[in-house]
Amino acid sequence: MIEWVKKVFGGPTSSSTAKERLRLVLMTDHLALAPDIIENMKRDLIDVISRYVEVDRDKVEVNFEREDRALAMLANIPIVSVNRPSPPPQPPTQSGPPPRRRRRKKPSVQNPATAH
Amino acid sequence: MHQHILRQAQDDSGVEIAPAPKLGRAIVVTSGKGGVGKTTTTANLGTALAQRGARVALIDADVGLRNLDIVLGLESRVKYHLLDVLEDKVTLDEALVRDKHSETLVLLAAAQSREKDEVDTEKMRALVQGLRERYDYVLIDCPAGIELGFKNAIVGADEAIVVCTPEVSAVRDVDRVVGLLGNRFKPQLIINRLRPQLVKKGKMLSVEDVNAILRLPLLGVIADEPEIIITTNRGEPLALRHDGETASAYHAIAARVAGEDVPAPSPEFKESLMDKLGSIFGGKRA
Amino acid sequence: MAGRRIVITSGKGGVGKTTTTANLGAALAKRGSRVVLVDADIGLRNLDLVLGLEKRIVFDLVEVVEGRCQLRQALIKDKRFESLAILPAAQTRDKDAITESQFESVIAEAAQNADYVLIDCPAGIEGGFRNAVAGAKEAIVVTTPEVSAIRDADRVVGKLNDRALPIRLIVNRLRPEMVRTGDMLSVEDVCEILAVELVGVIPEDPEVIDTTNRGEPIVLDPAARLGIIYEKIARRLEGEMVPFTSFDSQGFFGKLFGALKAG
Repeated sequence: MIEWVKKVFGGPTSSSTAKERLRLVLMTDHLALAPDIIENMKRDLIDVISRYVEVDRDKVEVNFEREDRALAMLANIPIVSVNRPSPPPQPPTQSGPPPRRRRRKKPSVQNPATAH
Repeated sequence: MHQHILRQAQDDSGVEIAPAPKLGRAIVVTSGKGGVGKTTTTANLGTALAQRGARVALIDADVGLRNLDIVLGLESRVKYHLLDVLEDKVTLDEALVRDKHSETLVLLAAAQSREKDEVDTEKMRALVQGLRERYDYVLIDCPAGIELGFKNAIVGADEAIVVCTPEVSAVRDVDRVVGLLGNRFKPQLIINRLRPQLVKKGKMLSVEDVNAILRLPLLGVIADEPEIIITTNRGEPLALRHDGETASAYHAIAARVAGEDVPAPSPEFKESLMDKLGSIFGGKRA
Repeated sequence: MAGRRIVITSGKGGVGKTTTTANLGAALAKRGSRVVLVDADIGLRNLDLVLGLEKRIVFDLVEVVEGRCQLRQALIKDKRFESLAILPAAQTRDKDAITESQFESVIAEAAQNADYVLIDCPAGIEGGFRNAVAGAKEAIVVTTPEVSAIRDADRVVGKLNDRALPIRLIVNRLRPEMVRTGDMLSVEDVCEILAVELVGVIPEDPEVIDTTNRGEPIVLDPAARLGIIYEKIARRLEGEMVPFTSFDSQGFFGKLFGALKAG
């Protein structure tokens, strides 16, 4: 009876609800079964972000959270330092020597004097 | 895991202190054969008891193949599971999931990525005992089979409900399980997925047939309804409703479990009622 | 050449492993193959019952493993077929009565004189499952179009993948009328979720219960719809490309929901 009412008023069918729920629960199940995938994902994520900012690798947290209709990955990545942004490179000119290159950013702690 | 200590009714000098809180009942729902409706029964009976105001804790003991969460529609809320609690990684309260629909119902989910042999039997017993001190009913959803999963599921329980379908293999398996349950339990029987039309045609065992073989006190009889599939699709147990044959059957079972004197389902009574319903609704099959 | 060794498994109980093992075995035997069916569900045996051979059991799997009899003494020939035999499980023992390698040896021996050895796997993923799978080189996963069954099947597929066994899928107990009304997952849904090669679709049929009650595989009835479907599955296993039977509903709703397939 209630199913009929749901269909008449355009609600999702129980089978489409089931399909969606299964899709999400299997994602969670698969993640639970593969902790090494999560570790690899975490490591790769840190590597990529580290190209842009300096992060505290030991304090990085990666969690998966279920909301009702989606699985979300939440990453908490503490940023230790962000280098001063450098101006965009000059477009190359036809004649004359190439413009002198600016000092390159280095994402490391070797130079505490330049850390911001 | 929190350890509650039962207070003694009297201290040593004989002066009465507050009486010990009444210990809840721990009931394992088992069958031997898989697919007969243990999880569905646990979910619906638990819901029906909670709807009556009882405090109910459900434990999914099917480590590695958990399904009680999905039948209740709680799969998105499960964060921690049975083994996390048994291994003291989290407290019981952190792991218990409150039901979406029934206020006084909680679930302790099974672990999906672990194996049944990782469950410590003694810790399982202590866990159930601990839950009994806080809840009126602790229902344990037993896995199929008679291996370690089964043994761990029954360890904390003091009552058993066996679920059987009217099929030869199911009856045979229940018979074996009853033997394994031993003298500690006086199991009660639920016959599930009865199809009155088929019984009438002699193509399915009747309630009488099953009971003649098993000879267990009959707790209830539930007919096979497509509604069960639909409600599982949605994660909304049928016992949330109060209309319909199956919902009513679960409510009657809950009442009996609670000790009420609901007219016991005499096989003849159930058969004739089912007959009438069967013919009214036509019983179309694939 | 030794026969093919296929385990029939599911994770979830009650989806039709034993019925499928019995009927698929019977269908293969009917087509002329030499078939041995092995009941790996020690302690909860049912394959014998479903075939109506329970009264003829003399020896069982555990006794073969323990060397108390020869394999050929334990095999029960089903006289209704040219070459179909079953090796029953033990009823009063536990699944830890035998090891994986012991089970594997028995299956290897059975495969010497058979074209197909079908292993009826117990429910679950515990020791009984591990034993059953140890004897196999291929797997058929049986599921119904229901949420818990599919979830369990997914887990089992993962475990089978770990052992690099080729897997095929049977969707059992389909109810096309419920699929049409959106009350049941479709075969397409199930295949999409599990991503395993489909080898059979079997609709829900009340006749099946009757046949298991009587111990007569439905394949024996030439008119039975389900018998024809099991034969199709047998043919697919043998490598034939057999189209799936269509349950097209007429008219508008048929077009709306697409062809509903079984077979």
